[in-house]
Amino acid sequence: MKTIFKVWLGVALGIFACPTFAAINVFACEPEWGALAQELGGNKVSVFSATTAKQDPHRVEARPSLIARIRSADLVICSGSELEVGWLPLLFTQSGNDRIQPGSPGFIEASQLVVRLEVPKVVDRSLGDIHPAGNPHVHLDPRNIAKVASVITARLAEIDHANGAAYKERADSFDKRWQQAIQKWQQRAQPLKGEPVDVYHKDLSYFINWAGMREAGSLEPKPGIPPTPTHLAELVERMKRNPAKVVVYSPYNDPRAAEFLGQRANIPSVLLPFTVGGTEKAKDLFGLFDDTIERLLATVK
Amino acid sequence: MIRNMCCAMALALAIVPAYAQDSELSRLRDALRQLQEQVQQLEKRLQDAENTATQASAQASSRPQTESALNPGISAILNGVYSNLRRDPNTYRINGFVPTLGDVSPGKRGLSLGESELGFMANIDHMFRGTLIASLSPDDTIGVEEGYIQTIGLSKGFTIKAGRFFSAVGYQNQIHAHAWDFTDAPLAMKAFLGNQLAEDGVQFKWVAPTSLYFDVGAELGQGRAFPATERNKNGVGSSNLFTHVGGDIGESTAWQAGLSYLSTSPRDRTFPDVDSLGAAVTDSFTGKTNLWVVDGVLKWAPDGNPSYRNFKLQGEYFRRKEDGNLTYDTLAASLGTMTGSFASRQSGWYGQGVYQFLPQWRVGYRYDQLDSGTTSIGLVRPGALSAADFPILAAYKPKRHTAMVDWSPSEFSRIRLQFARDYSRMNEPDNQMFLQYIVSLGAHGAHRF
Repeated sequence: MKTIFKVWLGVALGIFACPTFAAINVFACEPEWGALAQELGGNKVSVFSATTAKQDPHRVEARPSLIARIRSADLVICSGSELEVGWLPLLFTQSGNDRIQPGSPGFIEASQLVVRLEVPKVVDRSLGDIHPAGNPHVHLDPRNIAKVASVITARLAEIDHANGAAYKERADSFDKRWQQAIQKWQQRAQPLKGEPVDVYHKDLSYFINWAGMREAGSLEPKPGIPPTPTHLAELVERMKRNPAKVVVYSPYNDPRAAEFLGQRANIPSVLLPFTVGGTEKAKDLFGLFDDTIERLLATVK
Repeated sequence: MIRNMCCAMALALAIVPAYAQDSELSRLRDALRQLQEQVQQLEKRLQDAENTATQASAQASSRPQTESALNPGISAILNGVYSNLRRDPNTYRINGFVPTLGDVSPGKRGLSLGESELGFMANIDHMFRGTLIASLSPDDTIGVEEGYIQTIGLSKGFTIKAGRFFSAVGYQNQIHAHAWDFTDAPLAMKAFLGNQLAEDGVQFKWVAPTSLYFDVGAELGQGRAFPATERNKNGVGSSNLFTHVGGDIGESTAWQAGLSYLSTSPRDRTFPDVDSLGAAVTDSFTGKTNLWVVDGVLKWAPDGNPSYRNFKLQGEYFRRKEDGNLTYDTLAASLGTMTGSFASRQSGWYGQGVYQFLPQWRVGYRYDQLDSGTTSIGLVRPGALSAADFPILAAYKPKRHTAMVDWSPSEFSRIRLQFARDYSRMNEPDNQMFLQYIVSLGAHGAHRF
């Protein structure tokens, strides 16, 4: 009887206390921000990522498990600029958690901290699923990661004063390694300059901009509208005049459309990791950029 | 000699300018190089200026310029339907069940405008969020579908909602009709909730600090609509207790299960019927009604990415107990007003599955079944009335099969074709066909799980 009680107590404690053990609960909307928070917080934080690389962050459901996680979060980090508009507002209202509401120190909207690309001059839904504040996929410019990192560090120190010095130390170490990595990537990515590339969705714009590549076309006829046979045929036609060297897609895209275009235009179609966990080598943020650059380099040699 | 001199002079004349031209050229080259450098510097400055301008405009566009930047999110839902109904929708009833007087009929025949919705929502301040959803009926009346405030400034998992809101009884009741997977409500919602129950009241909810989702909550309401009746009385007219559990199974599957208990005491809740003499009479119920609802929903998508393929399974079971008095012919239009005891135990359920097999395309099937269960009417006894005086309450098991296919060109539009074989009316099966569009304008909505 006693053992049954103990087991039951253990189970109850396990269920009810698990997410509150670590000092700071970080809820990341996308894996890249989860990975960054882990780099900066180390063992002082417990990180939960709401999405995986295989999930389109725009089309996620406000699942019960996400409400349960955000309810106990101390810090929420999201790309923002309406990327998560279909589910995040619901999590906020259902959470019963005043620490992470927009405007409080516990919420970081990463895209608001950097210069956004593709801010539309005309905002109209007939143009597809466009974001009035600009392209929200800001993490693929490594300089943006550094900017967001400094804000995350400041917020971690604000929320968890006691470990402020530790966060500062980790941040300095990360920044040093990151700046070195950026220099290395800039050299590695030299041959990519001016390379024309076809994308699936406009989710690689920041990388293309950073690497000095050129976007020649997009498989989606309009942002958020899945590729159609007519549009693909048009794209093949257009590529005769304006050829691309490679067609790229992300893990949450259907590879078939990219492969179809690649075969028709006789160019390689390449899966890019897009975010941490998107490919085997993209285990962390460093791996994400290493692998993205290497995969693209393999197509220009 | 002279000729030689002439030649030499000519040569000299030719060479000197050449020398002169050479030095001129190098000067020009220098000047050109300087100019090129200047152009490069200017280009660089221009580039820098352009970058700054882009940054400035990017930041400026996100900066609120006028007070309109603080306007609430505004959205409008438009929908229209073509209905082809074998039976006259004006004779619609669910046999075996007390008519709810709600908006339960399949609607008008032919082409008609559905209910349009106008929504306003925004954070009010650091404590509250407000939502107003007005429904504009095709008959030119405006109603408040939902209008509530909700706390965002509480901690420890607590939220309080006040105003008019869709009651957390069952699963689909809380979802706006435009986000339903079928054109109409399940029969069980029609029979037990009068289509959809919006309550005026207060809702308290607590979400547990667990990684498995768990919430409990209570609603205290006025009891403005079926199964309650509005009463001129202080205090609480209707109460609802609910709890939900939910989580993920791997990356592909998410689920939620719920239990809710709605109890209220309607007074003089009237309904029309036709008695044994064929006279249209009004009967009424006064007593207690308790409704249990068990609901479950499961959503699957490969790797949790619903963009290409996904499946949704949903079901609810309703069980209602009513005890009190039934009054026959309240207006004394036929055999005269009489009152006797009344007790009923009724139930119903539905199950539905919706599968998105291609981007933009979904198919779905729903099965509905109700059971009128046991009903005892005190007035039905020798010397008083007969069961034929309450034909609507005669034992019956309504059921319905529904199939649909819909196409959604984007997140904001949907066109749906639905067929149903409806056995709501005893001995009068109905074939129903709906062709419907539903679109949303304005602020991007976020939908419940």
